[in-house]
Amino acid sequence: MWEVVDLIPTENEWNKALCQRHGEELQKRFSSATVAVCGLGGLGSNIAVSLARAGIGRLLLIDFDRVDITNLHRQQYKVNQIGKYKTEALFENLKEIAPYIEIETQTCQITEENTVHLLHEADIICEAFDNAEEKAMLTNLVLESMPDKFLVAASGMAGFGSANTIRTRKITSHFYLCGDEESDVESEGSLISSRVMLCAAHQAHTVLRILAKQIENE
Amino acid sequence: MVKINGEELNIAGKTVAEYLATTSYDSKRIAVERNGEIVPKAQYGETVLKDGDSLEVVSFVGGG
Repeated sequence: MWEVVDLIPTENEWNKALCQRHGEELQKRFSSATVAVCGLGGLGSNIAVSLARAGIGRLLLIDFDRVDITNLHRQQYKVNQIGKYKTEALFENLKEIAPYIEIETQTCQITEENTVHLLHEADIICEAFDNAEEKAMLTNLVLESMPDKFLVAASGMAGFGSANTIRTRKITSHFYLCGDEESDVESEGSLISSRVMLCAAHQAHTVLRILAKQIENE
Repeated sequence: MVKINGEELNIAGKTVAEYLATTSYDSKRIAVERNGEIVPKAQYGETVLKDGDSLEVVSFVGGG
């Protein structure tokens, strides 16, 4: 007879594995960081998976929307999660990947009124909306009213353009922009999972580089 | 001269708002950086560009 056993690793084993990959000093920085992900679509769900795998200690996940069948081609959800709030679905998926990180969710729209309240505990904020005006709103608001935060935003990853045109640019000491800055979903007409994931990977990588203090060397 | 998105323009003395009015940027989709700092949106009308300033207009497109 099979016995029911708890097969997941202990927190110690999980942390030890991360330290083996990243080194203890770097892992300490990752696990003591709080990173907010604003929007949990093609960019945000992929950013969150990368950051959870890296062992970021605390993730703040914010989105008002529910999982739709048209999301599944590029977002980190499953068919049995259609109809669920993205915050709840991503919470479940991340807990299966990284059971010991702290994950807080807010199922709401981010507005000019609630931005500071929602994001004041974050060290680094990822802008992962799909609407251009909302991207600009969040970017201006964070950089104007929370100048000590790092902001990693994205613009331009729609369509079938080359993977090589997706890049990360440092705009100010606390503002990084990922994407090709041109490919608009309105004119391109499509969002391709691999290209959106490239941009999300740029954002997640920038977060880790900021924490690793690698970024000032550029 | 003022450097805007890498291009030298002879617009010292104009405000950020006056410069933006001569362009096709959608004001709801941009962020403006001047000499390494973000220019608050409410200050576009009173921020006067000076010789030697470096300005970058970041224009967001949709998709995510």
